[in-house]
Amino acid sequence: MKYLLLIYESEASFAGMSGDEQAKIFEEYMVYTKNIKKSGNYIGGEALQAISTATTVRVKNGKTISTDGPFAETREQLGGFYLVEAKDLDEAIKLAAGIPASRNGSIEVRPIMPTPPID
Amino acid sequence: MDFERLYREERPRALATLIRLLRDFDLAEDMLQEAFAAAVEQWPLRGMPGNPCAWLVSTARYKAIDRLRRDRNFAAKQAEIAYLSETAASPDPVDETFPDDLLRLIFTCCHPALSVEAQVALTLKTLCGLSVEEIARAFLVPPPTMAQRLVRAKGKIRAAGIPYEVPSAEGLSERLDGVLRVVYLVFNEGYAATSGDALVRRELCGEAIRLGRLMLPLLPRVSEVGGLVALMLLQDSRRRARVDAAGELVTLEEQDRSLWDRGQIAEGEALAEAAVRRGGAGFYALQAAIASLHAHAVRAEETDWPQIAGLYALLLRLHPSPVVALNHAAAVAMGSKLDRGLRLIEEIEASGSLSGYHLLPAAKADILRRLGRRAEAAEAYRRALELVTLEAERRYLQRRLREVGAAPP
Repeated sequence: MKYLLLIYESEASFAGMSGDEQAKIFEEYMVYTKNIKKSGNYIGGEALQAISTATTVRVKNGKTISTDGPFAETREQLGGFYLVEAKDLDEAIKLAAGIPASRNGSIEVRPIMPTPPID
Repeated sequence: MDFERLYREERPRALATLIRLLRDFDLAEDMLQEAFAAAVEQWPLRGMPGNPCAWLVSTARYKAIDRLRRDRNFAAKQAEIAYLSETAASPDPVDETFPDDLLRLIFTCCHPALSVEAQVALTLKTLCGLSVEEIARAFLVPPPTMAQRLVRAKGKIRAAGIPYEVPSAEGLSERLDGVLRVVYLVFNEGYAATSGDALVRRELCGEAIRLGRLMLPLLPRVSEVGGLVALMLLQDSRRRARVDAAGELVTLEEQDRSLWDRGQIAEGEALAEAAVRRGGAGFYALQAAIASLHAHAVRAEETDWPQIAGLYALLLRLHPSPVVALNHAAAVAMGSKLDRGLRLIEEIEASGSLSGYHLLPAAKADILRRLGRRAEAAEAYRRALELVTLEAERRYLQRRLREVGAAPP
């Protein structure tokens, strides 16, 4: 089964860290990504730019409305994701628990809905 | 043939195996129901098969194949039918049930990815075979709400890929804690018996004990399973003495101990002792040992309070919580160290962690009453009365307040 692991953490607390601490966390992500590539679980994954760079788009009555940022102010923001292949939810949970942000932030595990292939 | 008993006994094991074979909770439940209907028809004529459980599993599985063939989406179901036929049992059903199937079902129903309410509902529905209406009545929710809860839980098991597996050794103890919590939750829902349908609630206690007994041989090396079964048996043994003819709550001290169920006590004591002996006695085993000491005292005055206080001290070290601290303080006081017990309670009071919990001033009032400090006792009883919510407990506190010579509010 495929799962999307959504990484939520506080941008403010990350920004408050020293350069060394940030470098250490980047290193941890490198190791983690390498490990799940080796185990065959990795399908994809990216880190996202800060929430201040986000744009929300809606189409109302045929008109495109773009606004700054996402809607709600939350303590934790979506900061990145992994798309993984796992045997079942238990394996997906184990993969999520390995992501560095699971210690200070949280990981949302979402199963991917199976859909017929589109040519 | 006592079909009702047979159904109760064979159902969990047969269903657990069917869910593994059919990979579908609803289909497995429906087909087992049909297989059982066939058994009621056939067994009185042809005699009971040597292995009723294997017969039920094999019959239910054939019925599942028939059902899938009749299904309008025949083409879409080809793969499933092929899979089922290929693995279908011979006319001489062999026993395909494994003890692991039952554990798989238990761990799946109590998977932490499901809400606790859903875990409880699913456990009662699949493992205990209670109807949606019965579960709804026990938890005071409308049946459609309960049905919705079950549909959503089964939907999540399917869509999120919750495995039908016994967790691996590394995660087992954590997951087992969750399972035991669900079983004890079911028991307490029945034991509290303060609202809702009394009959259904009593049934919940019985179901929780049955579930625990079911798990005992499956996890023989885990002392907490035995500890929990012992605790439930010992608490339940006092059921007839807990409430008097007028429906009033009777405290442990004042209960008519001849009403206690001696058979259950003997079984509970043996299990508690075995659990403690096995070492590493945990949360449930220690509480069972405490309940065991209470059960042992023929009269309230003979209770071994110093040993109970010692066990609470151990429990407090392992599972620090203000409620355990309160029980410890009360036990110390009962062990004729009233002053020390009072000091411990005042410490909890000062920490503020149990403000709003009526049993804190109630316990304090009890000690003050025993110390003969009537005015202070009355004040503490009044404080407890402000916080209490259960009617039976309110009447008890009012009676005590009158005893120390004050008029109840």
